[in-house]
Amino acid sequence: MIAPGLRGFVLSQGAPAVDGKNPAQDPLAVALAALAQAFTVVEDRGALGGGTRQRTWLDTFDWRLYRAGLVLEFERLRPRTGRLLLTKADGTPQAEQPVTGWPPRRPGLAENLPAGPVRDRIVALTSPRALLPVVGAVSTVAVMRLLNEDGKTVARLVTDRSTVTGAIVTGVPVTRAIVSGVTPDTAAADTTAAELPLRVTVTEVRGYPGQARRAAALLAAVPGVAQASQSAFAAALHALGRHPAADTSGVDTQITAQMPASAAVARLLLGLLDTLELNVDGVLRDIDTEFLHDLRVAVRRSRSAIKLLGAALPPGLAAPYSAEFKWLGDLTTPTRDLDVYLLGFGALTGQLLAATPADLEPFRAFLVRRRAREFRRLAVALRSPRFRALTDDWRKALLEIRDGGVPKRRRSSGKHRETTAAELALATTGRAFGRIAAQGGAITPESAPESLHDLRKRGKELRYLLEFFAPLYDPVAYKKVVGDLKQLQDCLGDFQDSQVQREEIHALADAMLAEHAAPAATLLAMGELAARLAVSQAEARADFSRRFARFAGPAGQQRIRVLLGEPPAGDAR
Amino acid sequence: MKIYATYNIKGGVGKTTAAVNLAYLSAADGQRTLLWDLDPQGAASFLFRIKPRVKGGGEALIRGKKPLDGAIKGTDFDDLDLIPSDFTYRHMDLLLGSANGRSAGKPAGKPTRRLAQLLQPFAAEYDAVFLDCPPGISLVSENVMQAADVLLVPVIPATLSVRTLNQLTDFVAGFNGDRPDVRAFFSMVDRRKKLHQDTIKDLLADRSVVTEAAIPSLAMIERMSVERTPVTAFAPRSQAARAYRALWSELRSEDS
Repeated sequence: MIAPGLRGFVLSQGAPAVDGKNPAQDPLAVALAALAQAFTVVEDRGALGGGTRQRTWLDTFDWRLYRAGLVLEFERLRPRTGRLLLTKADGTPQAEQPVTGWPPRRPGLAENLPAGPVRDRIVALTSPRALLPVVGAVSTVAVMRLLNEDGKTVARLVTDRSTVTGAIVTGVPVTRAIVSGVTPDTAAADTTAAELPLRVTVTEVRGYPGQARRAAALLAAVPGVAQASQSAFAAALHALGRHPAADTSGVDTQITAQMPASAAVARLLLGLLDTLELNVDGVLRDIDTEFLHDLRVAVRRSRSAIKLLGAALPPGLAAPYSAEFKWLGDLTTPTRDLDVYLLGFGALTGQLLAATPADLEPFRAFLVRRRAREFRRLAVALRSPRFRALTDDWRKALLEIRDGGVPKRRRSSGKHRETTAAELALATTGRAFGRIAAQGGAITPESAPESLHDLRKRGKELRYLLEFFAPLYDPVAYKKVVGDLKQLQDCLGDFQDSQVQREEIHALADAMLAEHAAPAATLLAMGELAARLAVSQAEARADFSRRFARFAGPAGQQRIRVLLGEPPAGDAR
Repeated sequence: MKIYATYNIKGGVGKTTAAVNLAYLSAADGQRTLLWDLDPQGAASFLFRIKPRVKGGGEALIRGKKPLDGAIKGTDFDDLDLIPSDFTYRHMDLLLGSANGRSAGKPAGKPTRRLAQLLQPFAAEYDAVFLDCPPGISLVSENVMQAADVLLVPVIPATLSVRTLNQLTDFVAGFNGDRPDVRAFFSMVDRRKKLHQDTIKDLLADRSVVTEAAIPSLAMIERMSVERTPVTAFAPRSQAARAYRALWSELRSEDS
């Protein structure tokens, strides 16, 4: 059995042997000659794992497996049949299972894999994201046996010549991502191929560890042979020039404290536009629900940035885009709401006491039908000239500002020195915090639910502002403020989501009745769901005062003062 | 984990060649297979080109001073491992008798259960275990019979061999608790000999423990000691290999 990753080496490309006259130039020939000092080396033509191998590495769009230190590989053995192998990044095997009907015609969720140890290991980690092909490799693998004086195999040598190809076809075209300065990590719609350096691995035969060590030592002494420092997967990513993104939905801008505010705002909006566009293809192909989620977050953040920081942009720019992003945001809401329902459906039915999950099946089927309808509407809009014009024109305008085209005139006048990014951060963040403190402080147990909903919106705005300017802050102070805010927002989120879902259930029940798709048992079960949601909402309401006090009370105020009072750290970058 | 043991009171009846080839076929079927060469002559180890030597000798293994795991050697074939023979196995009777199952802080057990105890931890690692036993009736053979699920008995088709088979089945029938299934198969069959033909005919009609498949006496089987490889591996299309495959598929069909 060939164990992967054991004593791996990489051979540099030596000068090719000329007519076999100078084989000493070829590192593999030199390596084999070195091994021949101690072993008889014979090729094993029928060896398991030898011959041509077709492998595809898979991960989610946001690299969840990679970030968890795992590598998932599918090896094709027959048409649409093969095995899935999960290893640690260092090659240590974790789980393996055969799969048929693979790879699927479209990326699928780990939940949809047949039961097996690989599925068990990754399902919680990757859900609800789909497994996408990341890199494909076609390898010519040869296995050689190293024999002792009895002719017994005491170690094996596996040579692997691989050509790798980028397999991801989702995301925006590479050129577009490069324009705004984002590495096209996950956007590589590439057809590029690269040949990896020849990899040679010594594998141990059970009971003969010393012989494998001896073979490895002989190999290591050969010039041009280096210990492999990374897995084949990591080498493939490297060869294709791809670097797994830390987080495809995060705000990551290179703004500095002394940068003109307009350029900083343009940069962060460009970053959001990148994220938005990166997710469009995944949404249209309906790969998993998180593409739409991330797209929506980018839209929401863009809207908040336009609202709160738009004054730093040239006059007249913010208003029309504010309206366009609202259109876009509203467009995505029905599908996302239904996604949230369907994703949490198992948990919802689990709460039923009187009714059974089967009672809710017509409800689920109704949600699925409705989701399909809403999704079609969304897809039409995302393919529309209006959407294309929005993203294209927005990008053009932002690039012009970022590169100094528009604000230059104002800067050079001297009289009106343009605000810096740090000043803008201080003014807007302080104001946003103050608004929350005032609005939240006025909320009493008798206040209408709308006052809490409104406070949640303000909280989101503050959260986004903090994230936009995160590079300017002290990381410790930042973490404290964001942590407190998150606690408050979670509580407000629970409160609002419960209410929205409850109202939704009523509306959906009406719609189902209108379509004659509502058996009495289903309606009763839906009523039970609504009652459960009312309980959750009441719990969140009861929790509010404590969480708000923690965030906006004296200690919270002190934390935000520390955050904003710190000298800007951005210029040190 | 299913444990097969090739056993006969008599020597030179084809125990080792059967163990080696059946273990190879089991591994070729994708079963993780372990072969333990219990015969101090070390013929099975020799056939896999593995030195008949175990660190600390048989004593260390039987008394549990050295883990059995550390004695396992990979063969040249996927999914097939071997515990080599050791010359000290010639004293295994004494070792089993004195070990009394007491090892590594475990309570004393019956001396006849010691091999079964030693193999127990491998249940998750192997699907099939083959024990190649030395000839004779001794504490070793009793241990083997206690450990085995299937006792594979090669029988040369002659009156004396048949008598021995009867003795063996009676002996096993007298066991308390788990008894292995006794499966006899004809070995070293020479169809030209009338005695062989008659004995086979009678016994097949008479005894249900005998398999249909039989292993002929063939020079190709003897060649194994030159090739130092199972005949099923180096001459898979030969008559000898076909005979072992037929035997193996008959044994496996009884599993299902």
